[in-house]
Amino acid sequence: MSDTTRDPDLTTYRDVQLSPDFSELRRRFRNFVFPMTALFLVWYFVYVLLAAYAHDFMSHKVAGNITVALLFGLGQFVSTFAITLIYVRWADRRLDPDAEHLRHQIEGAEQ
Amino acid sequence: MTAPLMLPLATDIGSPTVNIVIFALFVIATLAIVLRASRNNRTAADYYAGGRSFTGPQNGIALSGDYLSAASFLGIAGAIALNGYDGFLYSIGFLVAWLVALLLVAELLRNTGRFTMADVLSFRLRQRPVRMAAAISTLGVCFFYLLAQMAGAGGLVALLLGVSGRTGQSIVIAVVGALMITYVLVGGMKGTTWVQIIKAVLLVVGAGIMTIWVLAKYAFNLSGLLGAAVDNSPAAGEKLLHPGLQYGATGMSKLDFISLALALVLGTAGLPHVLTRFYTVPNSKEARRSVSWAIWIIGIFYLFTLVLGYGAAAIVGPDRIKAAPGKANSAAPLLAFELGGELLLGVISAVAFATILAVVAGLTITASTSFAHDIYGSIIKKGQISGDGEVRVARFTAVVIGLVAIIGGIFANGQNIAFLVALAFAVAASANLPTILYSLFWRRFNTRGALWSIYGGLGSAIILIAFSPVVSGKVDAKTGKSLSMITDTGIDFHWFPLDNPGIVSIPLAFLLGWLGTISSKEPVDVDRFAEMEVRSLTGAGAEKAVQH
Repeated sequence: MSDTTRDPDLTTYRDVQLSPDFSELRRRFRNFVFPMTALFLVWYFVYVLLAAYAHDFMSHKVAGNITVALLFGLGQFVSTFAITLIYVRWADRRLDPDAEHLRHQIEGAEQ
Repeated sequence: MTAPLMLPLATDIGSPTVNIVIFALFVIATLAIVLRASRNNRTAADYYAGGRSFTGPQNGIALSGDYLSAASFLGIAGAIALNGYDGFLYSIGFLVAWLVALLLVAELLRNTGRFTMADVLSFRLRQRPVRMAAAISTLGVCFFYLLAQMAGAGGLVALLLGVSGRTGQSIVIAVVGALMITYVLVGGMKGTTWVQIIKAVLLVVGAGIMTIWVLAKYAFNLSGLLGAAVDNSPAAGEKLLHPGLQYGATGMSKLDFISLALALVLGTAGLPHVLTRFYTVPNSKEARRSVSWAIWIIGIFYLFTLVLGYGAAAIVGPDRIKAAPGKANSAAPLLAFELGGELLLGVISAVAFATILAVVAGLTITASTSFAHDIYGSIIKKGQISGDGEVRVARFTAVVIGLVAIIGGIFANGQNIAFLVALAFAVAASANLPTILYSLFWRRFNTRGALWSIYGGLGSAIILIAFSPVVSGKVDAKTGKSLSMITDTGIDFHWFPLDNPGIVSIPLAFLLGWLGTISSKEPVDVDRFAEMEVRSLTGAGAEKAVQH
């Protein structure tokens, strides 16, 4: 493998930016983080709007003194932890190796 | 972070001596560590970014130390004790906000910048105007945040150490300020980071012990604890478990709640003292790990405050909390006293005090870095200055900022500080975040867009706050007392109906950024944009850790 040797076609950042490898990396990154951001923001604002305008629904008791509102609130914690875990695992596996590969090509070219 | 720290009268529980001794131990221990950490503190990368040599977990703990201020510990626990579920809503906004930092900001910022937020914003735009705007909004957010912490210190100290006189409190504020200046001067970013780490561990462990203690009293049955809180709160009753006790009264207060929720979730990733922390790790992978650690620690801590808040309602009771000096903020200390007597109260008090000290130190180093690196080094000296020269200016600035914070804190002592912190979050969300996102993700974004967005967001947030009920004209319907910053009920110049400006100023800043960009004929600097985009995603050319 010639992982750490420079690529003769990549002499400027502009060349890298236009290369298929980089386009693929950017596409993959954006296709993950943009929908994920939309997802957690929508879920957060659904929760905020319910807390502000749906008092009867949120005050419903599920078991003992545990209300729907409490479950929704704890649900925000669970989803935040889950997204963190999923993203870190995904980025470690699907982002870092290719980013590293490109970085070696570029920094090799700079030396 | 947002609940007001009211001015208390005097403490009537616990022993100030025990509190002072435990706090003094903390100061001595941290000073020793700061001195050790400061041995390698010569270059700019050492002073500003701790040599970029902290690991992800270390920086994650320090991030949570920076983020969990005394108001978020005492304030949220107290808000839950008195307002029940509505107090819990704050902590959810503060937590979810970290996902913006994790997914969109932390790694790209680490790969692109050197020391400050302005490094990234001015990367491919016209250097001087954009850097100046970014530095001004950095200093603005830091100033409001700093003032809130210092004002809170006076009230907290009165509660915990039994210092009741105005002069005595001013002296304590000055001592806090002097200690903080020492940490920053001697330790730089490395020393400050270690202070954050120690403080965060103490805070989370202290809150964790209290949480387990409270739960054990109710046989680890959350429903039983909630029931006891309801039984012990005759005025609020069942409403303690429902949303709306604090924000549900009118259509306007509901809108205010949504405005606050927006500022909270978008503010965190624009807080300068959070952003500069991403430069203290060697690469973007460690930046990712540090946010992940911070999310876990902060999330678990907020779950603790849920138990502590309802625990305080159940075990201490709302009447005693309201009657105590410091009101809502005394809920957690009173609970500590009920559970573990003088000693636990002393530990919790010292932790709360250490928290203020650490957060203030973190803000000071961020503000002084921005002044020295952005305004002095890059704009006044146009980059024609050695790193040492910049660091000298940063040290000097830290002293000036410390003095300003002491004086401001003395004057703001006893003020309702909620508006200062809410302003800091609203300004961060309006002035900083839109420009950060645009410059990272929108190719066409240009100088005019950045300037309109930063100044427009900053200006509109401050103007709306100045003419909001938090500054003038809010009167308690029952007691006739003023709830505003200006306590004279005869003065009322508010016309903006909401406490928090976020719902107007944040969309406005995004709109101005777009409008400024499309109305300008400035061509895109394709080479600098290519460099920024490639560097941000691959880490090529990113600043390396300092080798000692």
